[in-house]
Parts: sequence; C-alpha cells; structure tokens
Amino acid sequence: MRLVLAFGAPALALVAAFLITSLVLVVAGDSVSGVWGQILSLPTHRGYVNIINAATVYYLSAVAVAIGFRMNLFNIGVDGQYRVASFAAAVVAGEAWLPGYLNTALAVVAAIFAGAMWAGIAGLLRVTRGVSEVISTIMLNATATALVAYLLRKTAIDGGSSNIVSTKPVPEGSRVGGFTLFSDTPTQVYGMLILAVVVGVAYGFVINRTRFGFDLRATGASETAAVASGINVKRMVVVSMLLSGAIAGLVGLPLLFGNDYAYGSTFQSGLGFAGIAIALLGRNHPFGIALGALLFAFLDEQANPLQILLNISPDIVKITQGTIVLTVVIAYEVVRRYGIRLEQRRVSTALDDEPPSAPIEQEVRA
Amino acid sequence: MRELSSSTAHSSLADDIVVRLRDIGKTFPGVVANHDVNIDVRRGTVHAVVGENGAGKSTLMKILYGVQKPDSGTIEVNGRQVSLSSPADAIAAGVGMVFQHFMLADNLTVLENVVLGAEKLHGIGGAARTKILELSDGYSLGVEPDVLVEELGVGARQRVEILKVLYRGASIIILDEPTAVLVPQEVDELFGNLRELKAEGLAVIFISHKLDEVLSVADEVTVIRRGATVDTVRADSVNSRQLAEMMVGSELPTPHTEESTVTERIVLQVRDLHLGSAGGRDLLSEIDLVIRSGEVLGIAGVEGNGQAELVESIMGMRPGATGHMELGGVDIAGMSTRQRREAGVGYIPEDRQRHGLLLDAPLWENRVLGHQTRKPNVSGPLIDRAGARKDTERIVREYDVRTPGIDTAAGALSGGNQQKLIVGREMAGNPILLIAAHPTRGVDVGAQAAIWEHIKRARREGLAVLLISADLDELIGLSDTIRVILRGHLGQEFDPATVTPQMLGSAMTGADA
Repeated sequence: MRLVLAFGAPALALVAAFLITSLVLVVAGDSVSGVWGQILSLPTHRGYVNIINAATVYYLSAVAVAIGFRMNLFNIGVDGQYRVASFAAAVVAGEAWLPGYLNTALAVVAAIFAGAMWAGIAGLLRVTRGVSEVISTIMLNATATALVAYLLRKTAIDGGSSNIVSTKPVPEGSRVGGFTLFSDTPTQVYGMLILAVVVGVAYGFVINRTRFGFDLRATGASETAAVASGINVKRMVVVSMLLSGAIAGLVGLPLLFGNDYAYGSTFQSGLGFAGIAIALLGRNHPFGIALGALLFAFLDEQANPLQILLNISPDIVKITQGTIVLTVVIAYEVVRRYGIRLEQRRVSTALDDEPPSAPIEQEVRA
Repeated sequence: MRELSSSTAHSSLADDIVVRLRDIGKTFPGVVANHDVNIDVRRGTVHAVVGENGAGKSTLMKILYGVQKPDSGTIEVNGRQVSLSSPADAIAAGVGMVFQHFMLADNLTVLENVVLGAEKLHGIGGAARTKILELSDGYSLGVEPDVLVEELGVGARQRVEILKVLYRGASIIILDEPTAVLVPQEVDELFGNLRELKAEGLAVIFISHKLDEVLSVADEVTVIRRGATVDTVRADSVNSRQLAEMMVGSELPTPHTEESTVTERIVLQVRDLHLGSAGGRDLLSEIDLVIRSGEVLGIAGVEGNGQAELVESIMGMRPGATGHMELGGVDIAGMSTRQRREAGVGYIPEDRQRHGLLLDAPLWENRVLGHQTRKPNVSGPLIDRAGARKDTERIVREYDVRTPGIDTAAGALSGGNQQKLIVGREMAGNPILLIAAHPTRGVDVGAQAAIWEHIKRARREGLAVLLISADLDELIGLSDTIRVILRGHLGQEFDPATVTPQMLGSAMTGADA
C-alpha cells in the first residue's frame, strides 16, 4: 500500500502534465500527436548516452538541493554554488600544479571547498542575522554570476578572434575518460557518472543510517522537537548548508572533465534550478531523485529534434517539466493527507479489536 | 455551587438565552479537546468561560465561531439550531469573535480595516463612516475612523476589533483572553466598554484564566476542566478561591498514600536562576530550588508565571538563563541541552506534539529522539536500527502503548499513548532527574493513572522529579513538596499532606501575598 501511495502521486502528476502540455499545443495550433510521437519514441543510441550524461549532472544538483530540503532549508543557490565551484576547479585543473589524476583530485577538492564556502555564507547569515536562506542564496546566485564573469576575464586565456572566453584547458592527463556504451556512436558516458553514484549512495546512507542524518531529519521534521532533544539547530543549519554546497560544487565537474575541459562563457547554466524541481519530484529520496533526473534528461533529449522535424520549439518540454513539478507538489500533499487518514483508521481498527483495559474518559464522567 | 440551576429567576439576569451549547464534543488526533460541554449564555450579560490553558476553551470558542466543526452536540443561537461551518456562517448568525492576536492591517486606516471584507454592508465611504461613528458613540468606544492603525495603542486596536465585530451585525461577541495584552488601566477601560455592550442588550463571552478579572466583569462564569464544563455559577456567588478550585479539580483520584522516599542526597540544586526578557520584565528571577533523590517537587502556579521558562532553563533551551545549576554534584550550567540529557535528565515536555515527538516519524524513530547519542539507539556514528526497534518494542509492552506496531507514525496514536511512549523513552535513559511538565494534560483517564504510577515508581527508584502541573490534585497527590511560582518568583513552600487546593489557589493568584 505504501508503495502504491509513493508511486501514485508522480504518476498522477505525469498524466496531468501531459494533458496540460497537450492543451498548450492545441491552443497554439501545433500537432499534438507529432510532438508526443517524437518525445515518446525510442531514443537513438547517442540519445541514450546523452540522457545518462544529462541525468548525471541533474542528479548531483538535485541531491545538493535535497540535503537542504531534508532540513527545511531552501537552498535555491545551488546554481550559483556550482558555477563558482566549477570555475574554481577549472582554474586549479588548468594550472596543473600536480600531475595527472592528482591534479583532477585537487580540482575536485577545490570545487567542493568553493561550493561549500559559497553556500556557507547563506548558512552563516541565517544563524547569525536571521536572514532567510531563500533570499540570501538568490542574491548569492546573482553575485556568483558577476564574480565569475569578472574573474574569468582576469584568468582567461586569449581566445584569439573568438568571442568565447574560457580558463586554461584541463591537461589531457587530468581529464576523465568515459565509457563506451554503444559502439555505433562516438559519444561516451561520463566517467564522473561514478561520482554521482557514490554521492547518491553516500547521501542515502548518511541521511537514513547515521546519527547526523537523524539529527538532520529531526530538525527538518520539527525544529522545536529537535531543540528539546538536544540538537544544536544553528550548528545543523551551518553544517547542512556546507554539505549542500559541497555537493553543489560537484555538479559542474562531469561537464568540466568529460566534455568542456575548461570553464568558459558557454558553460551550461541553470542546472541548480532543474535540481530543485528534480529533488521535489524525487521526494528527496536517493532513488526517486535518480528517476526524476532521468525523466528530465529524457524529455530534454527527446525534445531536441522538434525544431527540425516539426518546427516547434523544444522549449515546449519546459512547460511539461514545470507542470510536472507543480502538479507533483499538489499530488504529494493529497497523497500525504490520505496516508495520514489511512494510518489513523488503521490504528483505531487495530485497537478496537482488543478490549479496552482502562475505562475511557466519557464513561467515567457519565 | 449549583445556585444557577436552582435559582430560576434572578432579577438582574434576563432569561432569554441567546447561545445554547449542548453536549459539544471535539476530538483531534491524539487529543480529546472537548466533551460534554453545556453552556447557556443570556442576553445582556457578560459570560466568562474560565479554565487552565489547554482545558479546551479556545477549541470551544472556535467551534462557536465556525472555525472548527464539533464532532457531536448541538449549537443554538437566538433559539434556532445552527450548523456553523465557517466564520461567515457564525457572523450571519450574529456571532463575532475578537482574537487574542489582532487581525488588523497596520498601514490602513481604522475605516479601511473595519470595512475590509464587509464592503457590501455600508459601502466604503460616507455611509460606512457614519455607521462606524454611530457604533463608536453608541458603545463609547472612542474610535476615530481616519487614523492609521499603526498609530494606535494596543487598547485602541482592541476597540477597533470590537467595532469590526459590531459593524458586521454581531449581537454575541466572543473575546479570547482580551486582557492578556493590556496594561491595568486599559483593562479597566475594556471592562467599561463591555458593560456598555451588555447594557445595550448584547451578550459577551469572555475567555480568561485570570480569575479576579473574571469576577469583576462577568455576570456568570462557566468553568471548563479537561475539556468538559464543570459548572456554571453566578459571579457574585463565588470567590476566586472557589473558582480556582473548580478549575483545577477537587476529586482526588490518588491521594498521597505512599511513604516518603525522600533521601538526603541532593540531585538538583539551582541557585539564583535568572532569565530576562526582551520586554524588560524578568521571566524568572532569584530562583532557588533543591530536589533530593526520591523526592517529587511540585510547582503550582497559574499558567504563564514562568513554569515553561523554568523547565526550559533547566533543560538548557534558554540561552539567556544565568545562575548556578548542579546535577548530582556536577555543574551543568554551561552544558548544552544534549549534554544535560546525557548527564541524566529525562524530559517530558509540556507540549508533547511540538517538543516531544516527530509526528510523521514511526514510533521507533521517536524512541531515538532525544537519545540519539546513547545505547541502544546508536553504535558509534550510526543509528542502531535493530537496537532502537527492539527497545521500542519493550517500551510499547512495558508502558502499555496501544499501537498496531512500532512502524506506526507517532501522530496517529492517541494523546495518552503518545505520552506513555514519551514516559517510557525518558525512563529508558536511566535519568537521575525527571522533569515532567503537565504530564497528564489532554490524556484520557486510563493513561493518566498509568502515568501517575510511572512517576511514583520513578520516585521509589530514587529519581528526583520536578513536576509542573495545572492540576492541583495531581500536584498534591504526587508531590513531596509543593512550591508556588508567581510572576517568575518561586515562593512559598507547602506540605502536600496538609495543604488544600484553596490554599494553593490563593497563593497562585497572589491573593494572600
């Protein structure tokens, strides 16, 4: 029954999202069957690889957001955190102070550190000055954009006649190779996929099995009860913001070491916001987030050819994605309330079967 | 004290009943808020509803104002049976409510605030202004329609709220703890206004736990205890001691029959505990107390005199608290809440749903809460699921927690079973000091007896127990020593063997001081 409830809500949300997107297509006079025919077709082999790669990046972003969510912290700043961190990693990797994979490792550490520090600012503001992390992380996103653009100018190598500016490229020996999934396409799965798997397993383990994870969840479930139980809530806010930022720092690394090999003005942006949506969709569950990330990546990839095939903007799937998130939030709440009622009924039926050993209050008073 | 029911006709009390509540019952998951509530409110009277916090006054008034629907019982307004499913229904029936926390927009004028949401009645312009001035003069409220609300003091804001209710045509006005926010002069003004209202034939329902105020303004008083009406009496036929006694109960289910187990060994010693507040008045000052092994120290007091602050200061949840505190000879004043718990403090919080439980989490996770650094819940940095689950099974068995299983969410249990789980959990930590704040509030009688038994057992086992309760019978029945807290000061000490609820009642209200 719990499983039915858990999967019922996202299924409901998907159906609603498809209906609403279809409605938009009808109103716009576009071919509904054409769009869904393309989106719901089987991807090409290259498409499969692209989906996995995009999902890897989405996954890291969503886990970063989910850590905050588990604590009732709304880290909207993953977007800024991963850009600051990717830039820091790109600079470190480009300078190549260490040889080979040692250089890669140092860059990863730099990314984690930079992401954590950027998020930590919001955490510190929250506990010392009471600034809502929603506000401060939005501001920090804007600040990150400006800061990275400024520093990029300082550190960028001369792009020659091109308008594109970027950091020094990561040396060949420090790049992370991919896996070949299909022999008929040169596109490879990011080697950093392993990083996402490790992060997912670690996230699930820490949240569910450790004392720290218990404190984190307890604080998210009821701050008042957490305080009474002896949890230092302020410390938890700072630590979980640091952790969230540290994971956010990893978001851009598959791109940096597996595809772009430098941080430039064309580096993919907006991943942090997709992460918020996917974390919501996946209910902060390590496995649920993975499904959500794959779904979002699938929609992105399948919508790409729409422009060429049907002259319809692929942005139509953004409507689908947005509606999924909106409807899933509603559906989860409906299912949650239903679940509570179900459980209360279950408790009362289970207890009505046994004879009450103590008189209930009404009888005593009568 | 049943004068009212026997005195059929009293000249000062008009006999037409405008509100008649019969057998009202309301249950929330985990709490029985009201049952068997019967109240008659007469036209042209101020009818006070008194009871300790948590006795069910607010829920009852929400039912009468249409915010909550009762599970059982009937409501009659002006002789007609009504079903109130929203405040709009209540207003249509002539019932209005002034909440404790005002619902006014600061940046709008009085006129704008009054007409907001009631634009259809007299428009928003001249007609509305005329009506407001007419009401203000008619009831001597002294409200000026064009002043910004942010420029008004608390008393004036309250009068605006009353006017809002009158403007919407209410003839029955509920005031929820109206004096809690007022200084004494403002209280006198308010009472003057209330007398005007009743002189004009309106009925005022006045919720309070301040007995002296109730007696000075009310015509009739209904006492609520543990969610049920105890009795309705005429205000001029009782004194505050008698009311206090009715509020906290006079049935003694378990008198103090056991032998004293008090030893000489001091477990908790608090000296010169002090807690300031942003508002200036100290929440706690010069608190000195000692609890010995095997001793139950009961704290009596009217709600809001520093009980919650005292408990939270001892638990380390109030960063501003200063003073000296020793637990079993160890200085705990500088310790965090977790360190104090580890040092041997068990804590049964006043509000179990907010401070004691994670309502959406299963029982076994709630077993871990507050004990997440100790065996059998953890091994090293990891949660020991098997250990925690096994011990939860034991608590469920030994403390008679009625539940289908330990994976049930805590929020689905009844209040008594939630509390038994908390008691079992706190005793599992092998505490040397048990702090129990209102341990039987909102629980059924069966669970109440069980919880009392557990506290007595803790005392026999040599724990020091700090017991806070609004139920004087509970205090007298369980305590070895009773002290009264009044305005943040810990005062007189009483021997429960000789003290009466009346003596405590007057010490609590400061009547004897």
